[in-house]
Amino acid sequence: MTNSAITADRPRGAPFRLRQAIARRVPVAVVVAAIIVVWYAAALLMNAALVRDAFEREETTYTVSELVAGTLNAERPLVAAPHQVIAEFADLVFGYPPDSPRSLVYHGAITLAATCLGFALGAAFGILLAVLIVHVRTLEKSLLPWIICSQMVPILAVAPIVIVVLGAIGLRGLVPKSIISAYLCFFPVAIGMVKGLSSPDPIERDLMRTWSATRAQVFWKLRCPSSVPFLFASLKVAISISLIGAIVGELPTGAQAGLGARLLAGTYYGQTLQIWAALLAAAIMAATLVGIVGAAERWTLRRMGARP
Amino acid sequence: MLMTVKTVPNPPPAADRSAALAIEVAGVSLTFATADGTVEALCDINLQIAAGEFVSLIGPSGCGKTTLLRIIADLEQPTAGRLAVNGLTTEEARLRRQYGYVFQAPALYPWRTVERNVMLPLEVMGFSADERRERARRYLELVNLAGFERKFPWQLSGGMQQRASIARALSFEPVLLLMDEPFGALDEITRDHLNDQLLRLWERTGKTVVFVTHSIPEAVFLSTRIVIMSARPGRIIDVIDCDFPRNRTIEIRETPEFVKIAHRVRMGLRAGHSYDE
Amino acid sequence: MSFERAGFLVAAVMALGALALPLGGGTDLAAHPALLAAISLAAVACVGAAMLPHGAALLGLIGAALCCKVTLVLLADPGVEGHAGAGFWSLVLAAWLAAALAVTRMTTLRPRRKALRRLNDAAIPLLFGAFVIYLWEAAVRGFGVPSVLTPAPSATAARFAASLPVLGEDFVQTFVRGVLSGYAIGCGAGFLVAVVAHRFDFLARGVLPLGNFVSALPIVGIAPIMVMWFGFDWPSKTAVVAVVTFFPMLVNALAGFSAAGAMERDLMRSYAAGPAQTLIKLHLPAALPFVFNALKINSTLALIGAIVAEFFGTPTLGIGFRISTEVGRMALDMVWAEIALSAIAGMAFYGAVALAERATTFWHPSLRSSLG
Repeated sequence: MTNSAITADRPRGAPFRLRQAIARRVPVAVVVAAIIVVWYAAALLMNAALVRDAFEREETTYTVSELVAGTLNAERPLVAAPHQVIAEFADLVFGYPPDSPRSLVYHGAITLAATCLGFALGAAFGILLAVLIVHVRTLEKSLLPWIICSQMVPILAVAPIVIVVLGAIGLRGLVPKSIISAYLCFFPVAIGMVKGLSSPDPIERDLMRTWSATRAQVFWKLRCPSSVPFLFASLKVAISISLIGAIVGELPTGAQAGLGARLLAGTYYGQTLQIWAALLAAAIMAATLVGIVGAAERWTLRRMGARP
Repeated sequence: MLMTVKTVPNPPPAADRSAALAIEVAGVSLTFATADGTVEALCDINLQIAAGEFVSLIGPSGCGKTTLLRIIADLEQPTAGRLAVNGLTTEEARLRRQYGYVFQAPALYPWRTVERNVMLPLEVMGFSADERRERARRYLELVNLAGFERKFPWQLSGGMQQRASIARALSFEPVLLLMDEPFGALDEITRDHLNDQLLRLWERTGKTVVFVTHSIPEAVFLSTRIVIMSARPGRIIDVIDCDFPRNRTIEIRETPEFVKIAHRVRMGLRAGHSYDE
Repeated sequence: MSFERAGFLVAAVMALGALALPLGGGTDLAAHPALLAAISLAAVACVGAAMLPHGAALLGLIGAALCCKVTLVLLADPGVEGHAGAGFWSLVLAAWLAAALAVTRMTTLRPRRKALRRLNDAAIPLLFGAFVIYLWEAAVRGFGVPSVLTPAPSATAARFAASLPVLGEDFVQTFVRGVLSGYAIGCGAGFLVAVVAHRFDFLARGVLPLGNFVSALPIVGIAPIMVMWFGFDWPSKTAVVAVVTFFPMLVNALAGFSAAGAMERDLMRSYAAGPAQTLIKLHLPAALPFVFNALKINSTLALIGAIVAEFFGTPTLGIGFRISTEVGRMALDMVWAEIALSAIAGMAFYGAVALAERATTFWHPSLRSSLG
């Protein structure tokens, strides 16, 4: 008698879920649309003075629509309109062979190499440090405060020195940038792993003790698996920071290749579209890298039986 | 197995009947949609509670007794039926601050001292600073927490926190007290003690109390009436009068009358559960 | 325990070894009776530390300090500096061993009074750090490392003290004008947008994913564009810092505003509290831990943002500017002095935020010790 009420008007599951999924995306879509509108408006307003000056210099008359078209297609705009950025980006990526120094793929690959190497080094070092800190009490009390302090020192201040010193030994290009990236990303990984390795409940650790488990066994069977969520969370932060480090590592010595170098070149030669395109490339790279780490996380957690 | 509603023992003339009723629930149902289909939480609830009564809602987990309490408190809306609280709609009653709600957990704000927690509703309702301080002091004393005003919630035990939460619900002197398993998280000894204190409080203040619980001895000890609800979808199985004197003590639990009523409650609960078998 | 004892005894032996082994450059200890006495005392202290477990920490530190002092005095001798001999290194190693063992001992101490415990906890990393700096000094000067590679800490300190006016100007330009103003604007704007988004749920659902997304992007890359818009001077740095700090604050504040529990919100509803009252009395205090988390993250991000922005163009002032020019001139001691300045500024900034956090969010479980 009671159950019939539940089965009676039961909506089919799939359309309901689809409707929910769409409803979730709508606010983001609306906000993105609003941002694009504001962007075009900003391009209009901020480039107007530039375009007006150009017309006046050529002493031609202009209509409002010509002014508008001018602001949205200026050669060196203050604010590049979205379609301009995408066009320039597409040109720089697809318009040149990948090993040409004008191609964004070429520069992107260089920055990517430094990012990945730095990320690998930093993550490995961070994990090692975390394991040591959790197991050696002296290190926890004497080293951990300094690790925290190390992040308050803006590494980017140290970057030029690292590059110069390593340059004097003969290491240029990839290695110094990777070291800067590694320095930037070891901290979130170390702190995240320390939290993760210390996350098991005292109850679980006591259980291990009742089985007379060795420290290594406790580490591999309890601490490691518990720390996986923390590890991935900090890896996502670390990879985006590593990219920043690689880009900034190219700045102080005026490197010739890499996305940071493109930003510098754009500034020196006033090629504003180049700057915007390089930024878009960096953004895409960051999103992709974080996405890859996220996918790895989902795969690992699924294999470990976590709820989707 | 649906019993008819019990009316008050001496029904006043028909015209005044709604005025004497603190809460009137007529044909209330609540269904909601989930990804797996509709769920019927409450089905056709009819209940009338007079002023000054202590009514317990008892039933198995998930039977909707908390939902019913929340509907009365205007924290949820029914999908069918009508409610009246002191002759007003639930929303009007809430806007006029007619009831005090006590949750399963103390829900004290950890950044406020005990005293300032009790003053929270008074601040929201616009009492003056002197009035707030005086009332906080008075009600903390009423629940035997005098001297703990400056402490923070985490410095108090679970039982003390719950007492502070009761003081907070009383501080603005609502006519109605709605309590959702307030002692569920406490151990038995503390619970007995707090049951006793709650009863003394009810005696002294004469408020109408609606009390959700799933402890049979607690329900029988505290109430003037016990409402037994079935498993989902929630229906009222039985309504039992408890005629114990107002100044009852814990010893009453061993008396044969108590055991008889407790037995009746247990039978009612079992009957309500059988729908699921 | 026996490892510690053995270690202290080895330290004593190594200290005494300085009496026998060459110090380098023809320096002879016999000419310096004070140093002889100090070394002997250090050895005695280390032996004492080995014998008396209760006083091990203190005696070990005394032994280490004496060894350090002797080596620093020796470094003043031109014969030793640059060509330090085995005896010198023996002393340095003795100092290192004694200090390491003493600090390890300190981590096991459990003084009963809370003040002493706090002192102990603070002293450990400080001693560790001080010792690292000492080792750096000893290594650089003992090995004669060219100053273009790494200047000795003492040289940096001297340069720091000598360049205070320049450092002060750079500090004001980068930190006060760029960082602080950008930090205030960025955090303030992020917080306000979060308040508005909290009020209008549709906005929150749209803004939060975007905020998360943008936080992962290299925002400092907008520095050249900001320089284009706002010019070379500090407003462009302020702009960069503002944008960099906006997103972490937005994301964290939004998370904080949803942190209040369902029961606490129902409570407010039962009091018929308006949205403004609920915001002020419930959501704002509940969000404070998250807001401070963002403020701490932003304190380091802001400094990074300002310095990076300076790499893209700045008048002849500012920490970033000074670093890039001095690096070009290979005047590394000035660079290190600037780094020390930014380190001090960064730590002081973070420390101030952390103190404010402790004062206002003392009630949060992560920050409170068990009282009462």
